[in-house]
Amino acid sequence: MEKQMKLTEDMFQPAVDNFKEAEKIARPSMSYWADAWRRLKTNKLAMFGLIIIILLLIMAIIGPYLNGFTYYEQDFTKKNLKPNAEHWFGTDTSGRDLFTRAWYGARISLFIGFMAALIDFLVGVVYGGISAIRGGRTDNVMMRIAEVLYAIPYLLMVILVMIAMKRGIWPIIIAMTITGWIPMARLVRGQVLQLKELEFVHAANAMGANMGWILRKHMIPNTLGPILVNLTLTVPTAIFAEATLSYLGLGVQPPQASWGTLVNDALGSIHIGNLYQLYIPAILISLTMLAFNVFGDGLRDALDPRLRN
Amino acid sequence: MLKYTLKRFLWAIITLWVIITITFIIMKIIPGNPFAKEGPMPPAIFNNLQKHYNLDKPEIVQYGLYLKSLLQLDFGPSMKSKTLTVNDYIKKGFPVSLHLGLQALVIAITFGLILGVIAALNHNRWPDYLSMVIAIIGISVPSFILATFLIQYFAVYLKVLPVATWKSWSHTVLPSISLAMLPTAYLARLMRSSMLEVMNQDFILTAKAKGLSRSMIIIKHAIRNAILPVVTVLGITTANLVTGSFIIEHIFGIPGMGEMFVKSIFNRDYSVILGSTVFYSAILIFLIFIVDVAYTWIDPRIKVAKENI
Repeated sequence: MEKQMKLTEDMFQPAVDNFKEAEKIARPSMSYWADAWRRLKTNKLAMFGLIIIILLLIMAIIGPYLNGFTYYEQDFTKKNLKPNAEHWFGTDTSGRDLFTRAWYGARISLFIGFMAALIDFLVGVVYGGISAIRGGRTDNVMMRIAEVLYAIPYLLMVILVMIAMKRGIWPIIIAMTITGWIPMARLVRGQVLQLKELEFVHAANAMGANMGWILRKHMIPNTLGPILVNLTLTVPTAIFAEATLSYLGLGVQPPQASWGTLVNDALGSIHIGNLYQLYIPAILISLTMLAFNVFGDGLRDALDPRLRN
Repeated sequence: MLKYTLKRFLWAIITLWVIITITFIIMKIIPGNPFAKEGPMPPAIFNNLQKHYNLDKPEIVQYGLYLKSLLQLDFGPSMKSKTLTVNDYIKKGFPVSLHLGLQALVIAITFGLILGVIAALNHNRWPDYLSMVIAIIGISVPSFILATFLIQYFAVYLKVLPVATWKSWSHTVLPSISLAMLPTAYLARLMRSSMLEVMNQDFILTAKAKGLSRSMIIIKHAIRNAILPVVTVLGITTANLVTGSFIIEHIFGIPGMGEMFVKSIFNRDYSVILGSTVFYSAILIFLIFIVDVAYTWIDPRIKVAKENI
């Protein structure tokens, strides 16, 4: 007779939840932004750009107060001084302290750059977003308008608008944004059109999500990457355009200073051998352009690794 | 194909008309009178001047008359010069600017493509880094700063090249280099990424597999395909050259269209500003039209892709 199998109590214990271990996520979950930041950190050139940008911003805020001079104070007994212990970057043809003026100029140039980028961003997102979401005839008309305006050379348009307006910081910003928003609008439109057709948006739609939810949860986070990259590259364009305007005498009015007006002032005294007056704003402009460009490139690689070769 | 060309042409005309209208409106809303600088004058003379420039008529009539004269290729009289018309200015300035622009364009295309191809073929090795450092410097240093340093070094310090005025070929070297720097950098970056993409395609692998030599693959397959995106930006590149030439011609004292435009801004010679803007825009729009049509002709895939969007 075979022995009857004995059923004991311990055979009926619930299984140890080992399988739960296997499902456990071993590493902390990485959001899109954390992942992008991790990639960005490994890009030395981009980090160099970021550090320069942060330093420039800090100096634009505190720089004008560091050595006790003001940007407008003139001292004709001390004009055209070479850099020395008292005037760290020397003085200009009116005896104004160039260290203070350089950082005051940084403040104005960076302000114009960031403001132009911000306005381009706001107008571009609204215009491009509406155009893509409405679609059809609205889209067609809106994009045709943008296309026609975009055919006008940027700098030519900015110069024309500046001729018609008073000198000042805000007129410059307005002149730059009058057609400056178009690339952003086209970018946003393209992105939204692409996203509209993707499965997860269809799924959200099918599950009854309303337009606001889809915009907030799907569209905006997914378009933010390319928009951010575009913004980073708008800032140097605006700073460059401002420098050109100031160079043509259409920039900010004295005694205010931007990097462009500093270059322009310096050119006036170059024949008496005051090259240092030119070097400082020239280096600052170039360094800023360089920093924003390498940071923008790095950001693009970090946010969209598919694009990286 | 013909339908597409006609459609593009129609849009080019509409774009030009919009630009003319916008420029005209801007010129009209500028506060003050163009003759204000001449000082007080008897009312009879003032009235005659107004009549001569059609300023006594309502604005809409002025606009109509201006469009009519533009159709006859007449850009109207200058407001500051007693004898010269805007047409005279253009006839004098344009050949000079065209010479400078073409020379810069040749430099930009040659060096841009060479740098881009070298960078792509030596991906992530030192020639790549070197080319991209040159490109990023080209984008970061504003042309007026580069021009100033070129003048200081080659003309003032080494005394090997003349500057100012436009007499012999050696006068054209420095301005052409200054003007070409930015487009060279852009083209190099574009060519590099385009070339990298093409080198990863299957047909390159096939070419390798059937035993073609490396130089044959690069010349026959890679460059010919990689150059396509470069063609699309040629319109924009020309626009950059044109707006860049405002500053460069001004710095080097070249009697071209750009210098004329800048001078008319300083002098507030509105009819010259208006005329040169229209002339510039017409050339640019025409060029962009040619590039667009040429591109669909070179690469028929584009048209299909465009229609699907």
